[in-house]
Amino acid sequence: MATAFSATLPLHGSSQENRLLLPPTRLPPPSSFLGSTRSLPIRRLNHAHAARRSPVVAVQEIVKEKKPTNSLLITKEEGLVLYEDMILGRSFEDMCAQMYYRGKMFGFVHLYNGQEAVSTGFIKLLTKSDSVVSTYRDHVHALSKGVSARAVMSELFGKVTGCCRGQGGSMHMFSKEHNMLGGFAFIGEGIPVATGAAFTSKYKREVLKQDCDDVTVAFFGDGTCNNGQFYECLNMAALYKLPIIFVVENNLWAIGMSHLRSTSDPEIWKKGPAFGMPGVHVDGMDVLKVREVAKEAVTRARRGEGPTLVECETYRFRGHSLADPDELRDAAEKAKYAARDPITALKKYLIENKLANEGELKTIEKKIDDLVEEAVEFADASPQPGRSQLLENVFADPKGFGIGPDGRYRCEDPKFTEGTAQV
Amino acid sequence: MWGILRRSAVDGGGFSASSLRRTRFALVSARSYAAGSKEMTVRDALNSAIDEEMSADPKVFVMGEEVGQYQGAYKITKGLLEKYGPERVYDTPITEAGFTGIGVGAAYAGLKPVVEFMTFNFSMQAIDHIINSAAKSNYMSAGQINVPIVFRGPNGAAAGVGAQHSQCYAAWYASVPGLKVLAPYSAEDARGLLKAAIRDPDPVVFLENELLYGESFPISEEALDSSFCLPIGKAKIEREGKDVTITTFSKMVGFVLKAAEKLAEEGISAEVINLRSIRPLDRATINASVRKTSRLVTVEEGFPQHGVCAEICASVVEESFSYLDAPVERIAGADVPMPYAANLERLALPQVEDIVRAAKRACYRSK
Repeated sequence: MATAFSATLPLHGSSQENRLLLPPTRLPPPSSFLGSTRSLPIRRLNHAHAARRSPVVAVQEIVKEKKPTNSLLITKEEGLVLYEDMILGRSFEDMCAQMYYRGKMFGFVHLYNGQEAVSTGFIKLLTKSDSVVSTYRDHVHALSKGVSARAVMSELFGKVTGCCRGQGGSMHMFSKEHNMLGGFAFIGEGIPVATGAAFTSKYKREVLKQDCDDVTVAFFGDGTCNNGQFYECLNMAALYKLPIIFVVENNLWAIGMSHLRSTSDPEIWKKGPAFGMPGVHVDGMDVLKVREVAKEAVTRARRGEGPTLVECETYRFRGHSLADPDELRDAAEKAKYAARDPITALKKYLIENKLANEGELKTIEKKIDDLVEEAVEFADASPQPGRSQLLENVFADPKGFGIGPDGRYRCEDPKFTEGTAQV
Repeated sequence: MWGILRRSAVDGGGFSASSLRRTRFALVSARSYAAGSKEMTVRDALNSAIDEEMSADPKVFVMGEEVGQYQGAYKITKGLLEKYGPERVYDTPITEAGFTGIGVGAAYAGLKPVVEFMTFNFSMQAIDHIINSAAKSNYMSAGQINVPIVFRGPNGAAAGVGAQHSQCYAAWYASVPGLKVLAPYSAEDARGLLKAAIRDPDPVVFLENELLYGESFPISEEALDSSFCLPIGKAKIEREGKDVTITTFSKMVGFVLKAAEKLAEEGISAEVINLRSIRPLDRATINASVRKTSRLVTVEEGFPQHGVCAEICASVVEESFSYLDAPVERIAGADVPMPYAANLERLALPQVEDIVRAAKRACYRSK
């Protein structure tokens, strides 16, 4: 079942050394771990840890144990929800590219095309009170978590109706209502913040005695896995047994730096067991596989069994950002992953397994197109923030603006928010 | 006690000759009744502040290196682990970036962490989180996510700890919008400001000083009350004067007060302002004082370039230029990494003589 619709490459054992000798821009030979889910080598968990923690099993085996091979992984409703979410992510990002080239959007914009399976696979299993922390490539995480397309588009246009009133921008999507805790520009910055949110979950349960089983999902890339904060948080999350899932969106490239050129051991899932948590590798171009792994990881976290590290092998179809000429990536590599487009794959699965027909899927696509168009019109029509908004929201308690020349707190000056008060 | 209450009421506001006389009297009388009034070390003041805030609000917790079983690297968190348990007093591994980020994330989600840095020099490993994820979040999220966190620890030079343990971070943190930066001097400052910081819904950088931890100060009954809080953003006039204004913060307040005594012997009456709050800076009090005395000397322990003194000088020149009778004077630490040798360290930090000399220069009483 796990191999239902993606072409997986077999894993041969011998190519570890070869990989390092290849010129950086060429694909490693097909005998690398890339693209394979056939044998998830997570069984190399330290015995001492295995005794204490729940056993980690290859995804394939979970699937085989729990479901007979002729039953489906999802119901029709779930399938349509997943499809719609991925189509929303794709259309939205495509529209962002158009708007950027028309000058409506500016600054740094990082698009998520190709990676939708990871966002949809994980976030659609979460509740509203679970938290998501992401990086600068956060539009689709925000959308999957429930932030409306209008709010995200307006934020990108820098309008006052955006989810952060135009003050955050593309890289800083925050939504308290949907527990989208950002949107961070520095790689690795979101990981400790996510660990803190998971810490709060546990604190609420154990110290404040509240009924809280919220989990946090932290999304970050392959480049981040060489950053110190990642390791610090793997250590502390396992140490304190926090309800967090670390999701690595390994798209093989950090701007123009290939993962293989920058990492001594490129198999990121292995770093989990080193800290005492399960490390799982999954095909990130296959939303159903991602969803199966996510279910297991989220359930673990909710039961209080601690963190999981999930490495999703995925790919971004566009450059790092809209300003990236994307010259270093091989055309053959891009073509190979384009053939594994997660949306096409899910569509094929739904149709072949008679969960939906062309017509229903087309309706969804049309609905999303209209939604995105409407979001653009809304954003266009929205006003820019007023001048006085410049000074707002620096502090939650605005007495932090100090004391004005008249000896009273500046924020008490009635002209303060009009922008005419002296600063 | 009545005098002390009166004193805190006139701080930062307008002055009148009669209130000046009364507060002078109150200061003198408080000291002469030393046997009756209580004294408290800064260490105990901080400890009691954290203790009271933790017992009042279960969302407050402490995290840092050695805060639990070791009772605190400088014993500030002594007894808290025994009282509140390991779920509220966390001994962290040596991972500043990691645990600071965790604190920020916990603050995002609604808790109130008090993160201790063993010294603020170590905060440089976590400065990304203090500035990018804590200070800027309320703004980036347009008010949706506020960060009620306190970062505290010793700041500035201690005794003979060398270049990497002696830097003063007041200027760096105070330049960032979104942070509140506090620097207490006395036990009362420490208690009131730390309680205010823990209750504050914004990120606060609380700069203590290792050498002040053991010093005792008289403390009023009012300050011992568990709801005592000092306002953030208001400076305190430690000593009234009419000839020259000397502003400073943290350990230097003690030096400046001694310098003021020496100056008084020579007939120069110095007004000493304890800034207490570096960001927001109480420009109103400073300028009102300069307009009264017409001379300014600013003192700090940190590096001179782009320091807190530079900001105060600029503010005074911008707002009270026509009131100045002498150029503004700036006394800061030497523009070198802190040397180790005791005599060199003494040369690298402002001493009482330097402050006296600068004040006299401002008064045109010396070369």
